[in-house]
Amino acid sequence: QHGRVKVKTTAQQEEEKRKEREKKLKIYVAARDACFAKRKEEIFDDEALQLTQQLLSSNPDFATLWNYRREILLHLETVKDENEVQKIYEAELSFLESCLKVNPKSYGSWHHRGWVSARLPRPDWARELGLCDRCLSLDDRNFHCWDYRRMVVKVSGVSVEQELGFTDRLICSNFSNYSSWHYRSTLLPLLHPECPEQASPHLCEEQLLKEYELVQNAVFTDPNDQSAWFYYRWLLGRGMWAVVCHEQMLGGAEVHPICDLPPGTIHDTTNEHNLTVHWTEKHNHRECALYTGTVWHAGNKLSKHSFLQEHEMVLLLCRSELSVEKTSVLQSELLSINQLQELEPLNKWCLLTIILLMRALDPLGYEKETLAHFQTLKEVDPKRSAYYSDLCSKFMIENTILKMEYAEVRVFSISDQNLTTLCHLDQLLLVTHINLSSNRLQRLPPQFAMLQCLEVFEADNNSIKSLEGVYCLPKLEEISLKNNKISTLADLQPLASCPKLTHLDLRGNPITQTAGVESELAKLLPSVTDLQL
Amino acid sequence: MTCPVLECLLCEESQDEEHVAPEDPQSFLGQWEDPEEDQTHPSVASFQSEPTRKKISFAQLVKEGRRFNIDLVSKLMFSRGSLVELLIKSNVSRYAEFKNVTRILTYHHGNVEQVPCSRADVFASRQLSVVEKRKLMRFLTSCMEETEEQQAYYSRPYLEFLHDQHLGDNLQHFLLHSIAMASPDTPTGEGLASTRHFLRCLGRYGNTPFLFPVYGLGEIPQCFCRMSAVFGGVYCLRHSVQCLIVDKDTNRCKAVVDSRGQRINCSHFVMEDGYLVGDRKKMDTSLRFLSRAVLITDASVLPGESDQQVSMVTVPSTDGSPTVRMVELCSSTMTCIPGTCEFYLITHLLEPLPPPCVDRSLHTVATSKPRLLCLLCPVFQAELIFKKMLPEEEFCPPAPNPEDIIYDGEPPSSTGGEEEQEGPADQEEQHDEPEPGEPTELQVQESLS
Repeated sequence: QHGRVKVKTTAQQEEEKRKEREKKLKIYVAARDACFAKRKEEIFDDEALQLTQQLLSSNPDFATLWNYRREILLHLETVKDENEVQKIYEAELSFLESCLKVNPKSYGSWHHRGWVSARLPRPDWARELGLCDRCLSLDDRNFHCWDYRRMVVKVSGVSVEQELGFTDRLICSNFSNYSSWHYRSTLLPLLHPECPEQASPHLCEEQLLKEYELVQNAVFTDPNDQSAWFYYRWLLGRGMWAVVCHEQMLGGAEVHPICDLPPGTIHDTTNEHNLTVHWTEKHNHRECALYTGTVWHAGNKLSKHSFLQEHEMVLLLCRSELSVEKTSVLQSELLSINQLQELEPLNKWCLLTIILLMRALDPLGYEKETLAHFQTLKEVDPKRSAYYSDLCSKFMIENTILKMEYAEVRVFSISDQNLTTLCHLDQLLLVTHINLSSNRLQRLPPQFAMLQCLEVFEADNNSIKSLEGVYCLPKLEEISLKNNKISTLADLQPLASCPKLTHLDLRGNPITQTAGVESELAKLLPSVTDLQL
Repeated sequence: MTCPVLECLLCEESQDEEHVAPEDPQSFLGQWEDPEEDQTHPSVASFQSEPTRKKISFAQLVKEGRRFNIDLVSKLMFSRGSLVELLIKSNVSRYAEFKNVTRILTYHHGNVEQVPCSRADVFASRQLSVVEKRKLMRFLTSCMEETEEQQAYYSRPYLEFLHDQHLGDNLQHFLLHSIAMASPDTPTGEGLASTRHFLRCLGRYGNTPFLFPVYGLGEIPQCFCRMSAVFGGVYCLRHSVQCLIVDKDTNRCKAVVDSRGQRINCSHFVMEDGYLVGDRKKMDTSLRFLSRAVLITDASVLPGESDQQVSMVTVPSTDGSPTVRMVELCSSTMTCIPGTCEFYLITHLLEPLPPPCVDRSLHTVATSKPRLLCLLCPVFQAELIFKKMLPEEEFCPPAPNPEDIIYDGEPPSSTGGEEEQEGPADQEEQHDEPEPGEPTELQVQESLS
């Protein structure tokens, strides 16, 4: 017969728990004080190891104790032989595993593990990899574990194929994981580069197609999952060429070709590259800044331009045409995503990706559709409408640059396009006339000062408050800023450094209401003869 | 009196799930198929290309008989069904372990195919086009809500509803037969309810909504029995009741007489109506017949990467023949030995039909008999009966932790005294331990891969 069952009341249980907690707190505090005392005395003995172990196992984020423990271990390294050290560190790894079970996201534990693994005389990297596998299976977004894994892979030389297989498994079991996709993106270019002879961030086409298929499965299964869309966007960038192109003239000197940049020099990630150019004729060298832009179908005219000494701008052109194969890949992708968009008309990622695809294929040809899609985007995702406006502005500017280049003129005109921001000003260096009227601009940024060839500038009917970029423009003669938001004299200060400025139209600006503005302006801008208020 | 009777009650409910003791295999086995006779001689070409499989002989099976657990009734547990909830609530779950059903399969267009039911399945499936994937996912998310459109279809067939959602043939098949587990004429209201139940159970423990207890279904009544025994329940095996003694005045049963002539007094007597014999039997339920088969094979019906899969297979009815449902168990469920699979087949007919998708070159052990069955939810029924007997008591309350039980004559023990406060123990204390009496989740084993 079993005993009569009487269960403790909640009050009894509570009381017992409280007594227990008090007891434990006492022990903890005593141990901690003992540790600090020992460290002060620089005692590095076994007892110290025990005490720190006891404390760290219940609180693995106590960084000072990890430091102390490392001091102890370093000391032990000096007095013990290799086998003993191996054993000590292996015990340390077991201890760390138990700590990680308590808190798998403890900075202290992971860092210490990395430190121990590096110092172990005979490390067992397979075991470390297994630990990473297990931790990631419990939480596949644990960034500590990812970092640790990357370290292990690097040090132990795990093959890229194996790691790629690892990402395959993770993505198959749960594709909603940015970390796995990201890791995949770092591995693929190593394993399937476009040009095997040199490191390039571009993927070979066969692999690119497989990746498109994989990610399409993800976006169709769950179009609201961001990580797959980001990967898709990355893929779109992999198949395209970095293109650099703009011209610059210096002080009337002619531009003529000197050399090509060696292929692969330019990566499409940054806009600006710093190069050292050696001039063989004059036996000197200059530091030059290379500005890149992304253009898709630059014509043959802009080819092989390079630059002369005085200025610090060099420019160069690489390839620009999309090959036929890539075009067909992008076209079929566009078809598929359009299909998805029909099924999910309110999905913003779809719309955004369609826009990117269209720009990759034929930015001018798809201009109307792009604008329409942006409109839908703003309706579907109103919280980010400012972002979409800026992005749309950027694309429209790019289109206008293309049209300008095709037309071979130096007039840049983009009005009534709801522009909210300016960019790619570095590609307008040769432009003489700029018209930005009837948009929604608020400022003319510092990069505006690059427009060294600018002669006439119109920006009526905007919301411009600041002219900070309009300085030191040696050829600027006419400015029209009707119906903007210029309100103080200080706003116009930068114009004082434009020596040739003669015509200035400020009608419809708040500043015209200020008393005595005419005389002030005459003082500030003596060269201006035709002032309209 | 309360707990023992309750546990007894639940044990009674599933009396037929005995563990098969293999001391007398012949009495349980139908016909044996001699492996030699059944083998079709493969052509030379295919023989050379197939890797040689180690053939398991009949003698081997008999020798390893103890390692087989064969249930006479085969069921899977829904992860949010009433049985699982009861197991968790009462803490009886701690006496058993469970495995996820890892795959849901179906027989379609002459092939055994995997049914994608979770998001990961849909993503990885090779059977569906991307558009189908989108449509399926959208349907699965949308059907969780009640809409007017669904109301309009309420009594019309579920298949019609699915068809009108433009889901295509493939998806309709998966949804109807494997997810809703309905037939083409099941009404939409019912079909949707089953679909929703299926989806709600997904993901609780694994990729499918089903669980299976390790060592077989016989474990479940044993768990309840154990709990009952802890609280004083008494089990008498190999006894049966010969007659009831009914009080003339109150017309209530007040005692029973067992097969050994012993009289046992009682205030309540609960049993399954299958035990009533002769004219006492009340034919108030309609007869339905089920046909079952148990097979032991050396291969899975759909070999895959891992051979440790627990699958639920549906072979839907084609032109009048009935739907067959199968459960395939691997050796890690501890129902069969490594290298073999155990299959349970069930179908609504008098005669057992050989399932068309079973591989022919297998060893088979088949038992089949039509059984009279009353298909009510056993847990619900148990609760009803319990409430009738003991209206004030709580049905299956959570059982307390052993440490909190005070035995007669002992002072309340303090937990501090029982454990030494040493390093490892400290770590354990740091976790939030479940409060005594608070139900914890089921323990589900990771599939070995």
